[in-house]
Amino acid sequence: MSPYLEVTDLKVEFPTEDGIVHAVDGVSFDLERSQTLAIVGESGSGKSVTSQAIMGLINRKSASISGQVLLEGTDLVTETDDGIRALRGREMAMIFQDPLSSLHPFYSIGRQLVEAVLVHQDVSKSAAREQAIDMLDRVGIPSAKARIDDYPHQLSGGMRQRVMIAIALVNSPSLLIADEPTTALDVTVQAQILELIKDLQSEFSTALIVITHDLGVVAEVADDVLVMYGGRIVERGSVDEVYRAPEMPYTLGLLASVPRMDRPRAARLDPIPGQPPSLISLPQGCVFRPRCPYADEVPDRACWTTRPALVETRDDHLVRCHLPSERRIELATERLGALTGGGAS
Amino acid sequence: MGGYIARRLLAMVGMLFGLSIITFLLFSALPADPARLTCGKSCTPEIVEANRVRLGLDQPLAVQYGRFMVAIPCGRIYPTTGPILQCPALSGETATEAGTFMCDPICLGYSFRQGETVTNLIVEALPVTLSVALGAFVLWLVVGILSGVYAALRRGRWQDRTTMGIALIGYSFPSFFIGLVLLYFVAFQIPEWTGLTYPYPKFTPFSESPGLWFWGLLLPWITLAMLYAAFYTRLTRNQMLETLGEDYIRTARSKGLSERTVIYKHGLRAGLTPIVTAAGLDLAGLLGGAIIAEQVFNLQGLGRLAIQSVSDADLPVLTGIVLITSFFVILGNLVVDVLYAAIDPRVRLA
Repeated sequence: MSPYLEVTDLKVEFPTEDGIVHAVDGVSFDLERSQTLAIVGESGSGKSVTSQAIMGLINRKSASISGQVLLEGTDLVTETDDGIRALRGREMAMIFQDPLSSLHPFYSIGRQLVEAVLVHQDVSKSAAREQAIDMLDRVGIPSAKARIDDYPHQLSGGMRQRVMIAIALVNSPSLLIADEPTTALDVTVQAQILELIKDLQSEFSTALIVITHDLGVVAEVADDVLVMYGGRIVERGSVDEVYRAPEMPYTLGLLASVPRMDRPRAARLDPIPGQPPSLISLPQGCVFRPRCPYADEVPDRACWTTRPALVETRDDHLVRCHLPSERRIELATERLGALTGGGAS
Repeated sequence: MGGYIARRLLAMVGMLFGLSIITFLLFSALPADPARLTCGKSCTPEIVEANRVRLGLDQPLAVQYGRFMVAIPCGRIYPTTGPILQCPALSGETATEAGTFMCDPICLGYSFRQGETVTNLIVEALPVTLSVALGAFVLWLVVGILSGVYAALRRGRWQDRTTMGIALIGYSFPSFFIGLVLLYFVAFQIPEWTGLTYPYPKFTPFSESPGLWFWGLLLPWITLAMLYAAFYTRLTRNQMLETLGEDYIRTARSKGLSERTVIYKHGLRAGLTPIVTAAGLDLAGLLGGAIIAEQVFNLQGLGRLAIQSVSDADLPVLTGIVLITSFFVILGNLVVDVLYAAIDPRVRLA
């Protein structure tokens, strides 16, 4: 049986005056229902564009999208705009980073919820309102009945994100994409929101894609992780595997740059030097090469001349790197310290 | 809300008082002698002096102003000889003698130039200006907003550039020129070429014949609306481009709403606030007289009345027009503020 969501060789390119922006280049992954995939990367790595391409939120007049995105057999890349619109909100839904700017300031939260119900369900307004109240209740809005006519500006940040989640899930979609769902929230609220998303996921057996640059979030919620750099996947595997034994120097750099409480405080954090590449003129060879401290170790200057392929190094663990696998594990051990036993979250 | 409106209306009365004082002072500084203007070429110095006393123009300015203000609620009688009678209703006076002018309450004075009370002059001119302004207002709002949305949705493409090009033309041609060109072609040339007649622009009261009212004012409306529509096209386009890039538009799309709903219910609604502001103030300004359009099409509205009374130094008429114009502008401001609160729930009136 084919997976619930199957993305194959997805490419998104935006023609601009300065040249073609290769925002997403050859991204492939599968996702089953009840499973969670985390997409990790810096700004401009293509993670948000990937998710928006899946949702059909990229204007096809201003971008060229190729590859395949099969959602239960329907190819979202070749589907008509109307076809995708019918799926959007019903079959797949999305929550965004900043809940204040993502909710319409002029409409009450109830109205925004009811609107979401009425697009996809043939029910009366009052029935839709009942559903909306019920959903607000489920996402943990206290006295939902009284608050349904509130406007977004009358709610706290955490409450707003709960409303966003309610809007996304009100039609019980089977795919939920959360684009940095906790980035704009207080730390104390972040954990609650993640908990809520996880609970609702298991309740609705939703397939979940979490886009984040917060590696803590990944460890918290995800089964699999997909690390993106310069519009491509550079490492993919289960969270346990990737956190325990990251093999791509970029992933390693990301993990090494996370402040840790279980270690003696080092003098400094260990950031990745340099800047993310321009998506218009990517470097020749390995895209990460200009920032990679180990490129010199590879013979024949392969990192300068040849794009590395995404190769399986162990079971379901794919890495895009010219370094030999043994050397990569060695580096990981060196940089992250003793990695014996479990994930490094 | 009710309290807010009441307070604002009260403030409006205060502002109108202030404005009337300023107008009075400004006109007292004019070199024209109002007493001299009360009679024509055959005027002798004796008649001028007599009129000065009759009209109370020999009194200090403060007294003149006080009498003017008292006459507004109370009325006046202008007898042929002797001084003006204030508040005739209180003293039981009526105008019986021939040549006596009666100025009933809401009396803004009497124009000797026009031989008519100011109130009547304004009441006659107001429907013309209201019709011209409101018709043009509807036209420019519809055209401006629709073409602004259209241009925004086709941003950077030839449709956008064409729309904005036309808007620029509408923006840069002076409206008297547009009016004259329209008049020339529609009223003279096209009938000549096609044999179809077009009624020459003139004002017919709506109550008399809605059809003639519409046809007679169509050219003035187009003339006025051209300029404003161009401005509103630009405004709407910019607003739409801004709001369509907002996160909540993405949310609306991600719900699976139709593009129409996304653009109009979510995008345009959010971009409407500055348009409402501009529209309210522009309309209010026009209600004080669409001077150029009225002049070009020879419509007897407030604008023409204003021009005429300026050149005649007809103080009572001018004061009246200043007051009514300011009344509209202040009222327009209030309506805009109330509409703001209705559109944007984040705005609280207090």
